[in-house]
Amino acid sequence: MKMKSTILMLCAALSVAACTNPNRFGADDTANGGVSDPLAGSIVPGSASDPASPAYFQQTVGDRVLFLVDQSTLSPEGRATLDGQAVWLLQNADYTAVIEGHADEQGTREYNLALGARRADAARAYLVSQGVQAGRLQVVSYGKERPIEVCSEEACYAKNRRAVTVLAGGLTS
Amino acid sequence: MMVRVLLMVLAVVWTAPLTAQDGPLRIEITEGVIEPLPVAVPNLVPETAGSAEMGQQLARVIAADLAGTGLFREVPSSSFISQVSDFNSPVLYADWKAINVQALVTGAVNVQGNQVTVKFRLYDVFSGAEMGDGLQFAGTTDAWRRIAHKVADAVYSRITGETGYFDSRVVYVSETGPKDNRRKRLAIMDYDGANVQYLTGSESIVLAPRFSANGDRVLYTSYETGFPRIYVLDVGSVQRRVLESQQGTMSFAPRFAPNGQTVVYSLSQGANTDIYAMDIASGGTKRLTSAPSIETAPSFSPDGSQIVFESDRSGSQQLYVMPAGGGEARRISFGEGRYGTPVWSPRGDLIAFTKQSQGRFHIGVMRLDGSEERLLSASFLDEGPTWSPNGRVIMFARETQGAAGRSTLYSVDITGRNLRPVRTPEGGSDPSWGPLQR
Repeated sequence: MKMKSTILMLCAALSVAACTNPNRFGADDTANGGVSDPLAGSIVPGSASDPASPAYFQQTVGDRVLFLVDQSTLSPEGRATLDGQAVWLLQNADYTAVIEGHADEQGTREYNLALGARRADAARAYLVSQGVQAGRLQVVSYGKERPIEVCSEEACYAKNRRAVTVLAGGLTS
Repeated sequence: MMVRVLLMVLAVVWTAPLTAQDGPLRIEITEGVIEPLPVAVPNLVPETAGSAEMGQQLARVIAADLAGTGLFREVPSSSFISQVSDFNSPVLYADWKAINVQALVTGAVNVQGNQVTVKFRLYDVFSGAEMGDGLQFAGTTDAWRRIAHKVADAVYSRITGETGYFDSRVVYVSETGPKDNRRKRLAIMDYDGANVQYLTGSESIVLAPRFSANGDRVLYTSYETGFPRIYVLDVGSVQRRVLESQQGTMSFAPRFAPNGQTVVYSLSQGANTDIYAMDIASGGTKRLTSAPSIETAPSFSPDGSQIVFESDRSGSQQLYVMPAGGGEARRISFGEGRYGTPVWSPRGDLIAFTKQSQGRFHIGVMRLDGSEERLLSASFLDEGPTWSPNGRVIMFARETQGAAGRSTLYSVDITGRNLRPVRTPEGGSDPSWGPLQR
């Protein structure tokens, strides 16, 4: 159990591409839960092709939302991603999640910790508003301590200003 | 684990100067020294056969301390005309005057087993007189650097009229690895980067250690539970315990009150971050701010009556002062840009801060009403000032730009002069300068 959640976290850390396609789920698409037919027949359980897998959550649903400089307001794209996350979490009720809030390096350490908390909480509050049980969601802020992109340019900063929903505690085996 | 260093300071008067001094040697720091004062520190005279090497090492550290302030310039031994081979012989002032030495530090060292005794005298060459009395320090040989720092502190103090700061330590975060896989652990060192010891492992993120006023404990933030929590660590025993662990919250940015019994810190609940105070003994807490904005980075005034902190209640990060028990806060920063990480000076008259303006970061100081703002540094990312015990120097961290970015500790005089890196074995950030040791 503990090992499994460790592996899930690792996957989340390695999966950075999901945010590049935030429009995959429009508000209308979420009604069908994002379980699409084209992949039927080639589903490998637990892999990204399995809609009930954490890998699918990370890569297809999208595990993160991005923010503007010094902002914690959800963008339309961010809300669409969170709509998809909410549907997934409602369908896969055995998972809990920790939402990690992050900031780019342009800021002082303490302020960025508080800013990351705002961002993580914005994502949490939205998921709860979409019906996800509050008790399944925890938040943590890493401030500027865990950038995924290392250049000192807006292209990197934009990806570092994020709230990432990290699945934990999948109860199904 | 940490060696408890015992140093005895013996004020011994061998020969009190009998002559009144004419225009004594003096550096007025507040005027901002442009031309450093030439000082010579010959190797200390060995009183036993095994003391010669120690005499050289002590002289090197004393000279480095003095020159490191930017107020002194060391005159190299290669230009000496006379050598000091007997601590008690009269000083040949003409020989030192000829090479333009203005302050001369002589000493003798006596090593017996693991005990070392150091005597020194300070001479004002141009007045042709000794400054103050001879002093003797005794300690263990493994504490020899502390003895050198104590000699340098005495010299600094006699010439500037200010308390010294060399016999002090700094707790900081030691950093290795690239930006996207940075490893951090707490470390403690002498003010000059020597004698680094690590206080924690690097398994979890550790942030912003803060010394207590007497240097016995360190507060810091660690992610070892998976969430940021405040810990207190005893410097002597390296024992630590969590101070704040309220479920569903995050706590960070702790700082001791001057009395060492109260801690102020930030607590995040949901989207909101406010400042709280905790009585360490009872664990009882009190909320000091209750605004929907971010309130963090609290720092006490030296008398413990007020707290300076940062808040974005106006729409951007600015500095505020409130009573130590909470209550109405007044804004003190009004310049262009954002202000954070305020730290009250030990003298009580200045606030050091980090300023962000037009894409650059600065360390600066201002008066308590925000006037006389003075920026001491500028770079891609300067952050997190801490005051030397005498309030004359500020240490901070500078992170360089880009993928290979690395964080290094720097110090700068509050006049803005003498910006210099502090050499540490690894990268460094979040320094907290402790008190002058006894």
